[in-house]
Amino acid sequence: MRIVPFLLATVLTLALIFGLDRKWGSIPPLGRFLSPQQGFWQNAEPAGETYSETLHFPQLKGKATVYLDDRLVPHVFAENEADVYFIQGYLHAKFRLWQMEFQTFAGAGRLSEKLGNDPRILRYDREQRRLGMVYAAENTARVMESDTASRPYFDAYTAGVNAYIHSLTKSSLPVEYKLLDYQPEDWSNFKIALFLKVMSKDLAGYERDLEFTNAKSVFSLADLKDLYPEIADSTVPIVPAGTPFDAPGIVPVKPASADSLYFGNDTTLQVREINKPERTNGSNNWAVSGSRTASGAPILCNDPHLTLSLPSIWFEMQLTTPTMNAYGATFPGSPSVIIGFNDQVAFGFTNAMRDVKDYYAIRFRDASKREYWYNGAWQPTTIKIEEIKINGAPTLHDTVAYTAFGPVMYDESFTNDVTGTKAIAVRWVAHDPSNEGAMWFRLNRAKDYNDCREAIRGFVCPGQNMLFASKSGDIAIWQQGRFPARWDGQGLFVMPGEDSSYAWQGFIPEDENPHVVNPAQGFIQSANQRPVDASYPYFIPGNYIVPRGITIQSRLSGLQAVTPQQMMGLQNSYDNSLAADAVPLLLRTIDRAELDAKAKGFLRELETWNFHADPDSRAMTIYQAWLDSLERSVWDDEFARIREPQVRPDEQTLVELLLRDSASRFIDNINTPAVETLRGIITSAFTNAARGLAVEEGTNGLSWWKHKQATIMHLLRNSLMPFAREGIRAGGAGATPNAITKTHGPSWRMVVQLTSTTEAYGIYPGGQSGNPGSRFYDNFIDDWAAGKYYRLWVMKASESNDQRVLGTIHFSNN
Amino acid sequence: MRFLVSILLVALFSFIAGLFLPWWSLAIVAFLVGLLVPQSLGRSFLAGFLGIFLLWGFLAAWIDLANNHVLSGKIAQLFKLGAASVLLILITALIGALVGGFAALSGASLRPARRLRTYA
Repeated sequence: MRIVPFLLATVLTLALIFGLDRKWGSIPPLGRFLSPQQGFWQNAEPAGETYSETLHFPQLKGKATVYLDDRLVPHVFAENEADVYFIQGYLHAKFRLWQMEFQTFAGAGRLSEKLGNDPRILRYDREQRRLGMVYAAENTARVMESDTASRPYFDAYTAGVNAYIHSLTKSSLPVEYKLLDYQPEDWSNFKIALFLKVMSKDLAGYERDLEFTNAKSVFSLADLKDLYPEIADSTVPIVPAGTPFDAPGIVPVKPASADSLYFGNDTTLQVREINKPERTNGSNNWAVSGSRTASGAPILCNDPHLTLSLPSIWFEMQLTTPTMNAYGATFPGSPSVIIGFNDQVAFGFTNAMRDVKDYYAIRFRDASKREYWYNGAWQPTTIKIEEIKINGAPTLHDTVAYTAFGPVMYDESFTNDVTGTKAIAVRWVAHDPSNEGAMWFRLNRAKDYNDCREAIRGFVCPGQNMLFASKSGDIAIWQQGRFPARWDGQGLFVMPGEDSSYAWQGFIPEDENPHVVNPAQGFIQSANQRPVDASYPYFIPGNYIVPRGITIQSRLSGLQAVTPQQMMGLQNSYDNSLAADAVPLLLRTIDRAELDAKAKGFLRELETWNFHADPDSRAMTIYQAWLDSLERSVWDDEFARIREPQVRPDEQTLVELLLRDSASRFIDNINTPAVETLRGIITSAFTNAARGLAVEEGTNGLSWWKHKQATIMHLLRNSLMPFAREGIRAGGAGATPNAITKTHGPSWRMVVQLTSTTEAYGIYPGGQSGNPGSRFYDNFIDDWAAGKYYRLWVMKASESNDQRVLGTIHFSNN
Repeated sequence: MRFLVSILLVALFSFIAGLFLPWWSLAIVAFLVGLLVPQSLGRSFLAGFLGIFLLWGFLAAWIDLANNHVLSGKIAQLFKLGAASVLLILITALIGALVGGFAALSGASLRPARRLRTYA
């Protein structure tokens, strides 16, 4: 034995193993990660992988077969109703486990536990907890588990996810686990609820109460009506204008003190919102009745717009049982087909954009937060201690006080600008117990409009425009959700929380929710606009979006003998109705004498523009640069006086304001002695924009897609850019029906013609596999950007020998 | 001959161990081969090193080829190695080889030192 070499070699070997088996900062454990038998190489799928296998699970009640087609869409044929959800859970996990779990960690405010000690991530986690995301999911999970009809399906789904998780080995773990060095934990029904709350926050978590409160300290109530109008001049509602409404079933009463304590109270807020949902989260859906289609059968179309990500939020599936044959886009993390169709009906969703989240000013007795002043006495709060684990640092305990309104989101411990005993509680419909997931079990089995109508009853949050079409010929839409019945102005600003007089007095009766059934115009459209005209008997503030609805309404009214191909064209339309309003104003107002030759050249391009935001359009880039510049010159002076958080009026509002009143008081720059004119600011905005455009022209030729830089990020964003898709050649903007922005856009496009054999088309910007090492990771993206569709194959069990079948998975219980 | 046999033994048994045991099981295999196959320290180290270098390099290259370089290209970019996967395969092989080499050296040093052969 040679002692020195032995000691040296042994110590070196052990040190190497130790060093290569642990994570150093963002570097994964290299030995484990690079090992071809365990590490990321195991995620590099053979290009010829067919995924065929035979699986046995005692949890199953019968047999089932899954055919994976050449786009990796699973067609599930199960003998038993619950089994289909077990298999859906298993397949969601097989192709999307990391994403499913990550989304629920984000929902529950547990990212620090996995991603490490980063102050931004910790603030995000704390905000999720303080918003009551976990509390909301617990409330929902309780209802799910007490509902005997839906619980077996949720249980089966959860069991399927867990069956896959328990089959994992070190080498078959998804690559993100290997990179970040953690293990999946067991799935549960609670996690399904958490996922639904993530969607609720995304879709029903945007309101501007805090910003409006700050704006109110500077602007008059009349100003605010102009800056944030309830109804835009040009809006086209979902319920055709002029449709009569019933008398309201509930008439909320404004508190006597509202003028002094609420509208007249000019206290500014100094809280920081950490992670506001995307402003433009919206969608289009429309249905055309058979009277206006070439085939005589109804056509239903839907393209939900969300922040685009890889892996995609959607996963395409066909679910077949003795009582169901549903096809469409599913949510990994939740059972059922979410947007799709069966052999009798099709269903689609857009966001209602209604404000269902309000804030109340709370006064604690002292720093312990154990009591707050309410209805003339010190009342006890319910204290919830949030335990936030942080990878690589001690656990943080965050004390959240729950009041009669809900959790206290902002207090002196969170966003330290709110001081002393003042605090703000949040009242949010998503906190209320409900069982949204159960709706889809019924919808997937619906046979006609009445079944759909019954299925959606009781759906609380997020409020959605639920659109239906049936082979029996009906088209219908319901704006479904639980919406507070507000007195005029209630909930626009932070409300006094020292007594119950400002609390919600009730909810709008469900049957009074805006709806349209087989309208005379022969079609129904929704695109996140205000659902009704001014005659609707309730005050319904929201985050409405105007322009897409205008384009869709005007296109559909002009079409007869509609074909699915025309509908694809409309989903891919780059028509910008806002530009069509704004550019003529620009052209007739601008002072051409003030422009240099370069700026005149840009202006000429706008003169000949057809208002299409095509990928290569230079005019769209020029228009947007001018509008951005105009917004700055109109708003910068006023908004410099307002504290953060603040929100500026929409582009739509600005354009309508200037069209309506060329001498609007907002045109003047309050910081200069001169009184600015519309002509002056439009010209100077264009001159400024032209200077920037001249520079940009050298880098990208001003083509819109290069200017916009649409990117589909991986869920881990900047830290995993090689897993993202950058430089997507796509046109469109928030105002066009094909609303592709830098980070955002149609996350699933679907066109369904309900002829006796359903003719359906769809595509989403991603791929069926969540594995970056699979050829199915992002294989739909280029076709999606080009506006192409796939014919959706509603497979029959007898077609198992079809060429499109790539692989077969047999499931049985023995 | 012994040298070649050692390389093969290290590669073969590391492969088998890797099917069931953590990645560092290759160190146990290399250690045992170093201990049981008498060779000079230098040759033992090299046998452990090459055995794993070849095994890991071959496996990674084989997987990569079947995968059309889809994943290796992304991981290489993540590690700032450019878009080509060759470098990633070499680094993979090298990392494993270092552990294999030192483990074999450790095993070999446990053997009694051979007396220097004397020549008449």
